[in-house]
Amino acid sequence: MAHKKIREYDAKRILANYLKEKSSEFQFEPHLLHVDADTALSGKEKQSPWVTQTKLVAKPDQLIKRRGKHGLLGINLDWAAAKAWIAERTDKTVTLDEVTDTLNTFLVEPFVPHEQENEHYIAITTSKKGDEILFCHEGGVDVGDVDAKAKRLFVPIETQTTPDEVVKKLLSDISATDKALLAQFICELYTFFVDTNCAFLEINPLVFVDGKVFPLDLAIQLDDTGVGESGKYWGEIEFPSPFGRTLSAEEKHVEELDSKTGASLKLTVLNQNGRVWTMVAGGGASVIYADTVVDLGAGPELANYGEYSGNPNEEFTYEYARTILDLMTRHQDARGKVLLIGGGIANFTDVAKTFKGIIKTLKEFQVKIREHDIRIFVRRGGPNYQEGLANMKKLGAEINIPIEVYGPETHMTYIVRAALKGEHR
Amino acid sequence: MIRPDYLLFDRTSQAIINNFPKKAVQRMLDFDHVAGRELPSVACIVYPSSVGLEKFFFGSAEILIPVVKTIAEATDQFPDADVFIDFASYRSAYYSAREALENEHIRTVVIIAEGIAERRTRELIKLAHDRDKWLIGPSTVGGVSAGAFRIGDSGGAMECMIASQLHRPGHVGLVTKSGGLSSECYNLIANHTDGIFEGIAIGGDLYPGSSFADHLSRMNRNPEIKMLVCLGEVGGSGEYEIIEAIKDGRITKPVVAWVTGSCASLFTTEVQFGHAGAKSGVESESSQAKNAAMKAAGVIVPHSFDDFGDRIKEVFDELKAEGNIPDVVDIAPHELPEEFAKMTKAGKVRRASSIVCTISDDRGEEATYNKIPISQFVSESKGIGSVIGHLWFKKELPAEISGFIEKVLVLTADHGPAVSGAHNAIVTARAGKDLISSLVSGLLTIGPRFGGALDEAAQYFADALDRGISPEVFIKEMKDKGIPIPGIGHRIKSTKNPDTRVTLVKEYAAKHFKKTPTLNYALQVEQLTTAKKSNLILNVDGVIAACFVDILRYSGVFTPAEANEYIEIGILNGLFALGRSIGLIGHILDQKRLKQGLYRHAWDDIAYI
Repeated sequence: MAHKKIREYDAKRILANYLKEKSSEFQFEPHLLHVDADTALSGKEKQSPWVTQTKLVAKPDQLIKRRGKHGLLGINLDWAAAKAWIAERTDKTVTLDEVTDTLNTFLVEPFVPHEQENEHYIAITTSKKGDEILFCHEGGVDVGDVDAKAKRLFVPIETQTTPDEVVKKLLSDISATDKALLAQFICELYTFFVDTNCAFLEINPLVFVDGKVFPLDLAIQLDDTGVGESGKYWGEIEFPSPFGRTLSAEEKHVEELDSKTGASLKLTVLNQNGRVWTMVAGGGASVIYADTVVDLGAGPELANYGEYSGNPNEEFTYEYARTILDLMTRHQDARGKVLLIGGGIANFTDVAKTFKGIIKTLKEFQVKIREHDIRIFVRRGGPNYQEGLANMKKLGAEINIPIEVYGPETHMTYIVRAALKGEHR
Repeated sequence: MIRPDYLLFDRTSQAIINNFPKKAVQRMLDFDHVAGRELPSVACIVYPSSVGLEKFFFGSAEILIPVVKTIAEATDQFPDADVFIDFASYRSAYYSAREALENEHIRTVVIIAEGIAERRTRELIKLAHDRDKWLIGPSTVGGVSAGAFRIGDSGGAMECMIASQLHRPGHVGLVTKSGGLSSECYNLIANHTDGIFEGIAIGGDLYPGSSFADHLSRMNRNPEIKMLVCLGEVGGSGEYEIIEAIKDGRITKPVVAWVTGSCASLFTTEVQFGHAGAKSGVESESSQAKNAAMKAAGVIVPHSFDDFGDRIKEVFDELKAEGNIPDVVDIAPHELPEEFAKMTKAGKVRRASSIVCTISDDRGEEATYNKIPISQFVSESKGIGSVIGHLWFKKELPAEISGFIEKVLVLTADHGPAVSGAHNAIVTARAGKDLISSLVSGLLTIGPRFGGALDEAAQYFADALDRGISPEVFIKEMKDKGIPIPGIGHRIKSTKNPDTRVTLVKEYAAKHFKKTPTLNYALQVEQLTTAKKSNLILNVDGVIAACFVDILRYSGVFTPAEANEYIEIGILNGLFALGRSIGLIGHILDQKRLKQGLYRHAWDDIAYI
């Protein structure tokens, strides 16, 4: 439920198909080749004959910004060179702007020879009251400070823009011969933006030669809640995690669980060797618990961020808790660990019910919990919290594990302090 | 009802509820009762698929709330209800909210759903703005006006609401982004001040229908609200609007605020937290930047969430000491009657039940027959004989008995169209009646003369055997009473032309049953009767009845008491009715397939005397 970045391959595919469907003057062939670990490059020229008929560009397609500056653009290559370029980089681990990840997904497309003066910059952003089109007549890798340089055209929500307005507000620096066509393209691009529920769009450079448009580098963020209206344009699409955030098997598992329930289950592992693990109910509360851990100086020990909310049933809380306990009991730490089962005062989530799944997990992991010297701290309120908390207390005695249990009378983040300072050890 | 512009809800506010969130409506009405409202806060419900009146509790009394088809109908009937709470799903909430915003009677629209496309929300925001209306949400639980009005599920369990003093107004105005944290904040504020006057959760989307600044400036105008509290989060720029509102004088009362999400700095890449709007990555939208900016603008910003309550208390105590805050009138909450189901679960009440059942249960994850999940009958390939064992006798029957029952069902399934049951079913079907009526019409003929022979035969043979009278005496007794022996005699079959069905049952019994005294007795009776007349054979009813008595008495599965009880209750008629239903349904379907018209008995077949 948010803005999702998509691969350049998908962005171009969606734009090309859209322009085609609308019989636009600015149609371009979606000559795009998506390459990932499952793609065998040899033989691709049979399916995509264009790769041998034109010079090519090869580049990683993993939501990386400023690929040109990082030397990650293979330009003016023939098919053999493009394949070699990709092979050389596949599975290479690189660190870009302090973020490390492995290169594994590439895009191959035709190389478009052009002059620097034909490179422009265009972006569309959203705000509460409308959308804004930003345009720089000078685009490309060295576009510089767009915020300062770009000309802007604000399009209030529920309205459209016109070529005249675009010419007047954005294209004063464009040659008279190109103005009309470029304005028309920008209007169509804006309609595309609206129809496909984009939340952000940036083309840099946008190459405009002889009345033809080439979006050489296209970045799009989709508002994924627009899937009902715009899914038909998106086609089959994946929302890759950001560069540097390759999902672990456990994170993927939770993502899958999340997709199966109307409730919400989230997990991000920050430091698998960390000693402080959280299993917090609520999107808002979970952030505060993580904040408090950081605030108390235990940030480097914080193992995960995550939350469960929206009244998940026992089966899902069980699966979710299992995933966390499994991760938590992989590495021994002589200093022991803490598990924070926190949460605010729920509005309608049944505390006793959601705790059932967690209790089942704790029972199952009791031997490991003792082996790893894990102390457990619980704080929660809301419907049936008395029963839920009583069950937790009972569990502690039953499986001989230190579980401290608090209700709404105690400040929400008190257990973080208690756990970290060992005040109640 | 004209309310001041700063007051969205008071003790007479009424809402129109869209969709049918039964529990949420009940929670609103429960809050009304606890807060001592006289008028229910729910005027009506818009839900086209169950138009009419719906029963709810108002305290311990029951009231009827109208359910209407359209929003227009709702506002026509309840023109004073100016709050529209939209519980529609994210797929349809845009349309209903839009219609509500366009309706002249409605002033405040709350959208609960999460997942409405941002472009649609922005359209609603514009519409609300153009029409000077309030839009709260989407993606929120709503809010509470203490002692006056509760939106849906806001505030959580009633005991938490009472503990947080929500049943009577305090003097603090609260705005949060998160709905989940709003109850936490009500509690926090109640612990450190005299409680909230009003709390609104604007919702976790990037573009909330109304902003922090919108609500805080509104609350600023409310003379009852003496201080403001705000809980924001990383992502979005709503907190900067608060600063603007302070600068341009729309907010003048003390504000204590905290923006969560400082942990985002731990992540090397952008993080999407729980709420759609809570996304890190833009420096100015980080919690650190927003907290610092608010502090610089004069907002009281705690060090962390840990001391949020302490800062709130300081401000409150100071205002109180200065005499700016009157003492709150502490009103005891009206007690809410306990839910019967909850009390029962807790073992605090008991009630004699009107119906008792020992054979099946439909309450759990899966319905059971005699405590065995139905799926187990399928997975273990148990037949209908086994099911009858569990539902009729509450026992797992050994294979030879369940097998016998199945044979009986096969043998009794049909006996042609001429017998009275089938005839009746056919006549009824041809009169245009439905399958069930026709079937019942056929079944109703089962009795002493039709099909009932089974039970009677069992009873007579068992009784004769029990009294130890010889077959000769038994036959004489029956003759003296003038009763033909049930289970003896056949229209066509005779000693020379034996009934194959009877032979099969006898063979089955000989092979599988430990002891067959009743069958043996019946066969002795048959020897005597066939000596008189060759068609006075033990017929299929008689052989089944005798075998069944043997099963009940000598298989070791039933106690003697059970055996006699079953013979007495007339369990064999049950078997006949069950088996014959198969045939009756067959005849009914047959007639319907053949499109047979109304049956009328021929005059020449009736003796008019």
